[in-house]
Amino acid sequence: MSAFFRVAWIVMKKDLTVEVRSLEIVSTTVFFAVTVVLMFSFGLVVEGRAVRDVAPAILWIASAFSATLALGRTFERERLNDTVLALLLAPSDRPALYVGKLAGILLLLALVELFLVPLVGLLFNAPIFAHAGRLFLLLAGGSLGFCAVGTLFAAMLLRARSRDVLLPIMLYPMTVPVMIAGVRGTAALLQPAPDLAMAQFWLGLLGAFDVVFVVLALWTFEPVMTD
Amino acid sequence: MATGRLKAASICLCMLLSGPAFAQPQPPKDFVAVDESQPGEQIPALPLMAGAYGFIWVVLLGYVWSVGRRLQKVEGELAELEARRK
Amino acid sequence: MSRSTWYLLALAAGMFAVAPWIINAAPNEATMGLVYKIYFFHMPSAWMFLVSAIVAGVASIRFLFFRKPTADHWAVAAAELTVLFGAFTLVSGPLWARKAWGVWWQWDPRLTSSLVLFLMFIAYNLLRRYGGPGSDKLGAGMAIFAMFNVVFVWVSVNYWRTIHPPTSVVPSLPVAMGIPLWFCVTAFTLLFIVLLRMRARLEHQRARVEALYLAEES
Repeated sequence: MSAFFRVAWIVMKKDLTVEVRSLEIVSTTVFFAVTVVLMFSFGLVVEGRAVRDVAPAILWIASAFSATLALGRTFERERLNDTVLALLLAPSDRPALYVGKLAGILLLLALVELFLVPLVGLLFNAPIFAHAGRLFLLLAGGSLGFCAVGTLFAAMLLRARSRDVLLPIMLYPMTVPVMIAGVRGTAALLQPAPDLAMAQFWLGLLGAFDVVFVVLALWTFEPVMTD
Repeated sequence: MATGRLKAASICLCMLLSGPAFAQPQPPKDFVAVDESQPGEQIPALPLMAGAYGFIWVVLLGYVWSVGRRLQKVEGELAELEARRK
Repeated sequence: MSRSTWYLLALAAGMFAVAPWIINAAPNEATMGLVYKIYFFHMPSAWMFLVSAIVAGVASIRFLFFRKPTADHWAVAAAELTVLFGAFTLVSGPLWARKAWGVWWQWDPRLTSSLVLFLMFIAYNLLRRYGGPGSDKLGAGMAIFAMFNVVFVWVSVNYWRTIHPPTSVVPSLPVAMGIPLWFCVTAFTLLFIVLLRMRARLEHQRARVEALYLAEES
């Protein structure tokens, strides 16, 4: 069992080490998220005031777009350097590779959201610190769900043609429950009279989704990545 | 060939059924322009019905014809390959 | 094509040919009049849409986990049929809604969930078409995910909509309307079986042709 987590840790550490040296994916993804928020702002701010309830939507959509890009580029890096074969040949549990990759991408997304949440709170006057704990849990649950499915699909698409457009095509319909739960849960927290029970419900749904899909991904990673 | 006739038939069906679908009447003049009209009397049912059934029939026939044609082609290829092997 | 498939095709075609008369004989509905009759094709399409999705998921599990190569042929066929019947459902639904609700589209839980499932299987078909080699395994993984996701999509869309009052789409049917409905359900089920077998056979024959070409080269 510990061998599994050791492999996952090594894979994650490798990704983080490469990333810390160049900071390429982190910096560009964070800035991409900021530009997405800006685009939405110009679309949704009318007469100097934002349309009601728009902050949660922008937060989650910007996160989803950033995550999609980050997923594509993390695996692209593997493909370009031909390290995929090495990873797959390694005498370790294949699912451990998946967990390592997932952990790395989650850390990256967490960093992006660390920038996004205050930015959205600032631009749209959203009370992000009112229920910060629950907001954090929602974001964590949603990011895990989104990235769990995304990491599997991105890994699957590594050797496919048209992979850069196929990832969003496959990922977005599949993660509709995550987006709905995330946006509605965040909206319940950020609205003038917060509905904590509703937020709790959506958090529960996210938790169930995460459990089911991480387990599914662990099951399917091995047969899908084997030729 | 049978498939050629099927193709012609489905094209005729398409043309027949698209007629009522395009013959939408103008909305009455005293109707204030609102996105959602009142459900019921103003919208004639027949174009909607024709559209729904017509779409299903045309696409269905088209799909059956397409699968049949591809199946024919592949089975021909298969027969040729198996004859070559003998 | 096998003889039983021909018989089923003839039977399904016959039932579809007769269907317009049987549907015409059904009485008009009290509030919606004539247009509710779209339902006789809309509901069986929706059922076959869901059945097809499940068949695709199950076949994908057999292909991916039980290593049955022919299961992939059934998965491809079922996924294509899911898009076909999904298109029927999502076109006939709004055409009916236009008269019944006054609008083309409402974010009704059932329609929205159907749309999401529909998009997932369009993605599957795009993947199979343009993903290149290896996309059979990828597609299988995706179809399995889609199958498990149905519950989550339904629950999330349902609760997303609870702010607005839910609109009852399906009226409770009296017997006179039940007969044409079940006739159409039977016709659509036969059609689904026939199309599934034909389309799976196409995949199977293609695989055989490929195998023969490979054998020739070696």
